[in-house]
Amino acid sequence: MTDARFPHRHLLGIQGLGPVEITQLLDLAEGYVEQNRSNDKRKNLLRGRTVINLFYENSTRTRTSFELAGKRLGADVINMQSAGSSVQKGETLIDTAMTLNAMHLDVLVVRHPDSGAVKLLSEKVNCAVINGGDGSHEHPTQALLDALAIRRHKGKLSGLTVAICGDVRHSRVARSNIYLLNAMGASVRLIGPRTLLPSAVDRMGVEVFHDMRKGLADVDVIMMLRIQNERMSGNFIPSIREYFHFFGLDREKLAIAKPDAVIMHPGPMNRGVEIDSDVADDVERSLIRAQVEMGVAVRMACLDLLTRGLPASEGAA
Amino acid sequence: MAARNPSGLVAYVNARLLDPATGLDAKGALLTNGETVADVGPGLFQGGVPSGIEVVDCKGLCLAPGLVDMRVQLREPGEEHKETLKSAGEAAVAGGVTAMVCLPNTDPVIDDVASVEFVARRARKIGLAKVYPYAAATKNLEGKELSEMGMLAEAGALGFTDGVRAIRSAQLMRRALSYAATFSLMVVQHPEEPSLAEGGLMNEGELATRMGLSGIPAAAEAIMLERDMRLVEITGGRYHAAHVSTAEGIDIIRKAKARGLKVTCDTAPPYFALNELAVGDYRTFAKLSPPLRTESDRVAVVAALRDGTIDAVASDHAPQDQDSKRVPFAAAEFGGVGLETLLPVTLELAHNGHLDLLGALKLITCAPADVLGLAAGRLKVGASADLVLFDPERGWKVEAKKFRSKSKNSPFDDRPVQGMVMRTVVDGRTVYLGDC
Repeated sequence: MTDARFPHRHLLGIQGLGPVEITQLLDLAEGYVEQNRSNDKRKNLLRGRTVINLFYENSTRTRTSFELAGKRLGADVINMQSAGSSVQKGETLIDTAMTLNAMHLDVLVVRHPDSGAVKLLSEKVNCAVINGGDGSHEHPTQALLDALAIRRHKGKLSGLTVAICGDVRHSRVARSNIYLLNAMGASVRLIGPRTLLPSAVDRMGVEVFHDMRKGLADVDVIMMLRIQNERMSGNFIPSIREYFHFFGLDREKLAIAKPDAVIMHPGPMNRGVEIDSDVADDVERSLIRAQVEMGVAVRMACLDLLTRGLPASEGAA
Repeated sequence: MAARNPSGLVAYVNARLLDPATGLDAKGALLTNGETVADVGPGLFQGGVPSGIEVVDCKGLCLAPGLVDMRVQLREPGEEHKETLKSAGEAAVAGGVTAMVCLPNTDPVIDDVASVEFVARRARKIGLAKVYPYAAATKNLEGKELSEMGMLAEAGALGFTDGVRAIRSAQLMRRALSYAATFSLMVVQHPEEPSLAEGGLMNEGELATRMGLSGIPAAAEAIMLERDMRLVEITGGRYHAAHVSTAEGIDIIRKAKARGLKVTCDTAPPYFALNELAVGDYRTFAKLSPPLRTESDRVAVVAALRDGTIDAVASDHAPQDQDSKRVPFAAAEFGGVGLETLLPVTLELAHNGHLDLLGALKLITCAPADVLGLAAGRLKVGASADLVLFDPERGWKVEAKKFRSKSKNSPFDDRPVQGMVMRTVVDGRTVYLGDC
């Protein structure tokens, strides 16, 4: 199993992955969790490989996580932020792709504010591409790390009920999680005001609720989404105060879920907006710290699997 | 040609004459004398062509009026890297189009007499398809002040529109309709409620939600059309809705026509030949305005073409260069080129049994000419000899890179189509010869 190849050149999204491929990634990541906890965190699997993190949006968490993942596997990792780079100077995505091709890299991790932009890049570069989040489309490694955190805590994914709460409309995390959880046999609920749920979202195999008191009943996992202030192009909600009153997760609303229900958040949290500090910091209920830990392991698994499909590097030979 | 043919007479013999205006579909011949049609009919030249007349053997292929394309963007002046009057003229005649009406959204905007005359003069000099401009309904397309409609009409503007922008203000639309009606001119609307469409990239619905793209609801079209119908009612104005794309929008127009309002509309080939699935995989060449809609909308458009609710088909030719399309979906410009695919994609309506050949052809010849009040689109003695000779059955594959148009952004690239232009004649001159 651990030597098996991955049947895709890129990881652009969860949509299109089956339970076998998802399980393959999660199982592999499981091993990296142990490695990361040991004193000897470094492996030379990707020695001689070059990984570039190309981020067109600000990100600390995801970029650091990918950087650490690459370094722990022995790859050379370079970060390219859009601010101050040629990207900022108006270079087109396709020109950037041509530039990167000339640098002979092995894996490109891309985050971009436009849905579909990572796919466009993947069609132009000759390395493996990992989607680090594109617009409101997908964020596959986030869904994988969420799944790993849930699986380790609950022992399974199949049969669980997971509520995804908040700004689903603008959330790539929500979309990737819907695909992954559906593929793995969990039931997905979406909870939020109608203005933050995109049209026809009920056709994505989810149950839709507009009332936390109903939607949270009997759920095993509560995933809170960040209210993306920077993406609010209009007035989707009247005020933060009103939002927190109806859709913010606090003790009272948490009590509606199963007694052993866990809380997740992709970070960074807006405390007092979508989540009360009291529940976010509850070590009994919150998986938020575990999510960050799983993030590194999952990204190591993704780098490991995708580079298996590449021609052998000189360094590793 | 004149040197070889001092008589100025050309006989097109052995043709299948198609004239949608009269319902003529018969074997016969057509004679042109200089720039005009001198004679046409099944009986013509039964006894042979007299000497001194140049003969064109049509080999049994269809000879029809040259196509009238009532909505194109030509990009000159201002964006000549995307298209010029010359390249568009070449694209037009390669597609069998002999007359086209351009939008005023150039730089500078066609909102004064000088720009109307510039386009007309340039097009005449190029001598390919005839170009008639729509002039801006409002100065600089800003939606604030009416343009000088009367003078623009005298200069040759066929109607008034703000192009790819909707006339947003109800008050201004009311006045535009009233004022244009003073001169018996029409106002052409891009029927889309702008605040609902703002930021939208494709049709709103499940696919947009899955792709993480913000949607433009079908209601944006319906709301604007509903509003405008009421304004037509109180002004008695002459209104034309461009590129209608939704079942709801069509319904509104169908009812308005039944009430006797002076309303017409067109659609473009993408709206009856494609649906929103064409934008799957973030294909920016299928990013159109209005957006490609659902399959049930597409079916409604076909039905409306059959029952006459939709009067005409226009290419909605919108050239965009590579830099405007080879970018992430959100950043890409709207629009697709269409001059070179107008005929074969419209003929799909006949090949698929929705209309007969004359019915399909009517939508791109006499029907748009009638909407525009243009003496074109007919095989008529005394009319300009603007003709297209085509083989309705011949199959080919759309290869955008071979287009004459400067821009290659076709939503139909790679599509197998049927119907090939063999010869295009403008004012009696052959301006395009296909590989016969």
